[in-house]
Amino acid sequence: MRNLFALIAGSFFGAGLFVSGMTDTTKVQGWLDVFGAWDPTLAFVMGGAMIPMFIAWRLTRVRNTPVLGGTFPPPPKPELGRNLIIGSTMFGLGWGLAGLCPGPSIASLSYGGMGTWVFVAAMISGMLLAPMLRARLDRVVPAE
Amino acid sequence: MEQDWIWGLIGGLLIGTGGAVYLLANGRIMGASGIIGGLVDGSGKDTKWERLFFLAGVVLLPILLMPLYGSVDTHVTNNIGVLVAAGLLVGVGTRIANGCTSGHGVCGISRLSLRGIVATVFYILAGGISVVLFRHILGII
Repeated sequence: MRNLFALIAGSFFGAGLFVSGMTDTTKVQGWLDVFGAWDPTLAFVMGGAMIPMFIAWRLTRVRNTPVLGGTFPPPPKPELGRNLIIGSTMFGLGWGLAGLCPGPSIASLSYGGMGTWVFVAAMISGMLLAPMLRARLDRVVPAE
Repeated sequence: MEQDWIWGLIGGLLIGTGGAVYLLANGRIMGASGIIGGLVDGSGKDTKWERLFFLAGVVLLPILLMPLYGSVDTHVTNNIGVLVAAGLLVGVGTRIANGCTSGHGVCGISRLSLRGIVATVFYILAGGISVVLFRHILGII
């Protein structure tokens, strides 16, 4: 049952990324490019996605447990931390460079051509390297 | 061009609905980098199948919808160096920050998480700087 609902959730996510045009790298880079031909689409996608999510977070306060059992995610940690800033900055640089982030890169695997596969392979390599880099960061300046 | 924002909004609502299902049914935050990352580094071993089924949906739906569109050009660069550098930055960055556009952006901001908001400000700023640097100054992309 959990797998079925994961498939349904993933299907909505994949369909949304596809119809919104977010797998088109020029639309993502167009949104980031405030000095070029600015493309507002991404703001509508993010804003639109937050509407059902906002309602869903409200509903987690009414129901105390997920429909399929288990527990809801804990409240967000209040502290920001250096890793959040460094990681998000690195992510943003890569996002702008190729116009791809994790979701759309997976959604476009079937039609994005070799370039998408190269990106995803590099992204997976990066994810494998992350724990090592995080440990190194902690050695240079110990995390608070 | 002018109906792009309508499709953006419709797509966004679908993305948010997926996130709502994943949260209310499975009790999990729909973050693409977290779902992939947990499979890659083994930290999500216990929820391996849930993650794989989610990703299967992400890959399958565009395949099912494609006949309605004929073809879609992602305009992804064919510069291998750019793809590798960008992929590495996205992979390392999202794991160190513990989230990406879907996890910190869509799911984090909608629950008014300060971490989600700050992460989103930083990756959008860095993304803007990246496009200015690599497109307008260096002319690589």
